Amino acid sequence: MSASTPPVGPVIGRPVAGIEQEVLAHLRQRFGAKLVDAKVVRPLVAEVAIDRADLLAVCQYLKEALAFEHLGCISAVDWKDHYESVYHVENYYNGCVVQVNARIPHDDPKIASVCGLWNAANYHEREAWDLMGIVYEGHPNLERILLPKDFKFFPLRKDFPQEVDRQYISRRKLRGGK
Amino acid sequence: MPAFWINMGPQHPMTHGLWNMKVQVDGETITDARPELGYLHRGVEKISEVREFQKVIVLTDRLCYVSSITWSHAYCLAVEKMMGVEVPERGQWFRVISLELQRIASHLMWLAAYGPDLGLLTALLWSLRERELFLDLIQLMSGMRMNQNYPRIGGVRNDLPENFDAMCKRSIAHFLRKLEKEYEPLLHESKVFQMRTVGVGKISAAEAINWGVTGPNLRACGVDVDVRRLDPYETYEDVDFEVQTWKGPDAGDSYSRFICRFREMRESCSIILQALEKMPKSGAYRAKPPRRGEGEGYARTEDSRGEALFYVCGDGDDRPYRVKIRSPIFCTMAATPIMLRGNKLADVVAILGSIDVCVGEMDK
Repeated sequence: MSASTPPVGPVIGRPVAGIEQEVLAHLRQRFGAKLVDAKVVRPLVAEVAIDRADLLAVCQYLKEALAFEHLGCISAVDWKDHYESVYHVENYYNGCVVQVNARIPHDDPKIASVCGLWNAANYHEREAWDLMGIVYEGHPNLERILLPKDFKFFPLRKDFPQEVDRQYISRRKLRGGK
Repeated sequence: MPAFWINMGPQHPMTHGLWNMKVQVDGETITDARPELGYLHRGVEKISEVREFQKVIVLTDRLCYVSSITWSHAYCLAVEKMMGVEVPERGQWFRVISLELQRIASHLMWLAAYGPDLGLLTALLWSLRERELFLDLIQLMSGMRMNQNYPRIGGVRNDLPENFDAMCKRSIAHFLRKLEKEYEPLLHESKVFQMRTVGVGKISAAEAINWGVTGPNLRACGVDVDVRRLDPYETYEDVDFEVQTWKGPDAGDSYSRFICRFREMRESCSIILQALEKMPKSGAYRAKPPRRGEGEGYARTEDSRGEALFYVCGDGDDRPYRVKIRSPIFCTMAATPIMLRGNKLADVVAILGSIDVCVGEMDK
């Protein structure tokens, strides 16, 4: 695959038009049916949905073959029937961003850690474990980072209650309406 | 000899907020370090889930009190992507101006903190004095000195005041003169300042990228990346500015980080002056957003400290279903052990001051 070798030379940090189509074509060619969903969101941004088993293979391909050297963010989302671990992987050579959505079943919140590829994942995965309770297997030091060590809950899960009444004082309500 | 750990924080003058840097020393030399975060965790992401889209701006303003507009703007941008709202051109120019004013104010606040870190009290007094100019301009734009609540989903809150152009130009001319005549002789050319910062706290470009260091801290390693140019948002495509990258020797040390931030202030002034010329003199500055949103939106912006990223999900309600905040300094903090290892204990302050820590956004 000659077209997918990483660009050599220093980072120029300028956007390349149409790069998201190219990256998506490479991903489709390499992974085919393993991509549950693949689309272009807007210029420079592509999105793929995968199963959690394919995460490491996709990330490794993105980093090593397509030069996505910067891991922007790892977000965990609780969709009530399943979790999702969302990776925003960015390329400094052409400005492309690939959003990788990995689906995780609700009763078994585990997924492979990408710390071996990007060290930046270390803190993001600890944060996702801390607040959402997703276990990143293979993480070197998976412990709470923002909350106290003896905290027993995962506050960003949807079943963690939070006071909503006081947040909703609208003018209409103050006047006695609903 | 067993490992000897020193707690620098949570109540240490170096920390500029509440966090703890545990440092392992062998004599005077640092062998390892471990940041401990979370003292200021307020659960912004969770609270956002029960507030309407518009009301979350109040929270994002308070993520970082020295850089409120940039954070609220990043949130608004992500929600606009989700809802498909297009901001009128004049509103985009207003945002560019307010973002750059906020960036200068934030960098000056950093300078005011970094000077006393190194024992240079003059920097504190001078940069807080100059910061007033920019707070005044921000106040003219938005009505507030801090926690402005200025960006709106779909634009900005209010129009510019009548004589804003003239006031802005006058303040910037004054500030540029001060930079050249006072700040550069005081800081750049000072031998003592250079002795404290040059060659201290080094990190290589490859490691910085891998650990997720962004913004001025990354550009100080010689990596020519700026989200304003890499993924232009608002009207940054239409302005000319030079991304401030360190090109000399000793890339990635405290001095290069200082220089990159310092030069960015000058670039921001140039962006503001261009924006004042190029923006349309009349027209709409705000579009009406829908009340409810569905889908997912993602935006990255160049915050004063690095790449700010918002990932917002909506489930068709009038509140966000999930808001994820990527704080640049949270990621930079993961790389601080690399910067610290091998340096002397007395340099911890010179290194951690140079990365511009803001605990509010770090702990969310």
